[in-house]
Amino acid sequence: MSRVRVLVGTKKGAFILSSDAKRARWDVSGPHFGGWEIYHVKGSPADPNRLYASQSSGWFGQVVQRSNDGGKTWDAVGNKFAYDGVPGTHQWYDGTPHPWEFKRVWHFEPSLTDPDTVYAGVEDAALFRSTDGGQNWEELPGLRGHGTGPQWAPGAGGMCLHTILLDPSHPKRMYVAISSAGAFRSDDAGKSWKAITKGLKSQYIPDPEAEVGHCVHRIAFNRARPDVLFMQKHWDVMRSDNAGDLWREISGNLPSDFGFVIDVHAHELETVYVVPIKSDSEHYPPDGKLRVYRSRKGGDEWEALTDGLPQSDCYVNVLRDSMAVDSLDPCGVYFGTTGGQVYASANAGDRWAPIVRDLPAVLSVEVQTLA
Amino acid sequence: MIRVVLPWHLRNLARVSDEVQLDLAGPVTQGAVLDALEARYPVLRGTIRDHGTVKRRPFIRFFACERDLSHQPPDTPLPDAVASGAEPLLVIGAIAGG
Repeated sequence: MSRVRVLVGTKKGAFILSSDAKRARWDVSGPHFGGWEIYHVKGSPADPNRLYASQSSGWFGQVVQRSNDGGKTWDAVGNKFAYDGVPGTHQWYDGTPHPWEFKRVWHFEPSLTDPDTVYAGVEDAALFRSTDGGQNWEELPGLRGHGTGPQWAPGAGGMCLHTILLDPSHPKRMYVAISSAGAFRSDDAGKSWKAITKGLKSQYIPDPEAEVGHCVHRIAFNRARPDVLFMQKHWDVMRSDNAGDLWREISGNLPSDFGFVIDVHAHELETVYVVPIKSDSEHYPPDGKLRVYRSRKGGDEWEALTDGLPQSDCYVNVLRDSMAVDSLDPCGVYFGTTGGQVYASANAGDRWAPIVRDLPAVLSVEVQTLA
Repeated sequence: MIRVVLPWHLRNLARVSDEVQLDLAGPVTQGAVLDALEARYPVLRGTIRDHGTVKRRPFIRFFACERDLSHQPPDTPLPDAVASGAEPLLVIGAIAGG
């Protein structure tokens, strides 16, 4: 019988939530690495027992943890992230040049085929790769070396590379997103990169249609149709039907098109989920109501999903790496909040229930569907 | 024999329950002690000193014999009481709440 394992990173440790395919009763394991910020935990598609966790602290810096048994035991591996060559500068918040400085790993993306190969998206924004299970890390300098690098600037959360998508149908194609540089695609396994921002409009940069400077919060695709991308931008929910070459807005009737998370149903290619947040100044749901919005038409027309979610006095946020779907049928949808709740729906969002209510602020949620 | 007391998180990371004891062949300096500490416990590399610059991380302090040694150059000899093992070198995470 299939099982699911939900990997939760929080401000004060990692938690692993496990259930059978009914997704009604949950076993909670953790905190792992108690007291540390766990930005992200993710399993290898090639070996689900191989997990990578980003463990971080303002005091002690970056630690990378690896598990070979699904999170029962962990070992620290390499934590040296050295930029290739002379790092140079990017823009600081006030537009002045600022040297590139490694701060933390925001996101791990394990290879689709090799458990020992894993990509790391870091702050200040760069893409690293390990091919020995995390022992050693090497930058893929073509991204930061993209001619626009000196123009990149941090978002409020830092200049983070937070999204990495590996295209299962084109092994050399990958996407990354950076706050607030924008989105990029490589068609040669990360050697060179192209900004994929045509169609984005951002009023908070001098040229709203500039090639870089867009604060992309998250990009998602369905693995069965990886040329169709969905984006939650700082403001605006966007869609591209041509691998990012051109975007169009699909915010439609959302109560707010600001937000962080976006994800796609595991089996329905046009079913998309977002969690609207009131504004970039407030960072909580509109009207104190925590609502997931679902479009079954690939955007533009959205329905509020509220059953089981707090509909009054709710002022949590849902951060960019905190939504995931499983691949069971019906599809399970999960998200975590800064209030420490991890909500699950075992029926594609129709009804929700908290798996846990009182964790530290949730930074990331990933789901593994296990045979 | 040099004694080093690590903060709780680093003891967990290094999987030690108490103070660490190190033997040094050469001069007992802050840098030499940290080199020996990281050689014994590679997992601590990057957590006390920056990987690239080998400078003390900003929120780390070094205390010994009721003195703050954080700002001494790394090649400065540590106090005799530390070199003899009578007193430990304390690695401290700056108190900052949260």
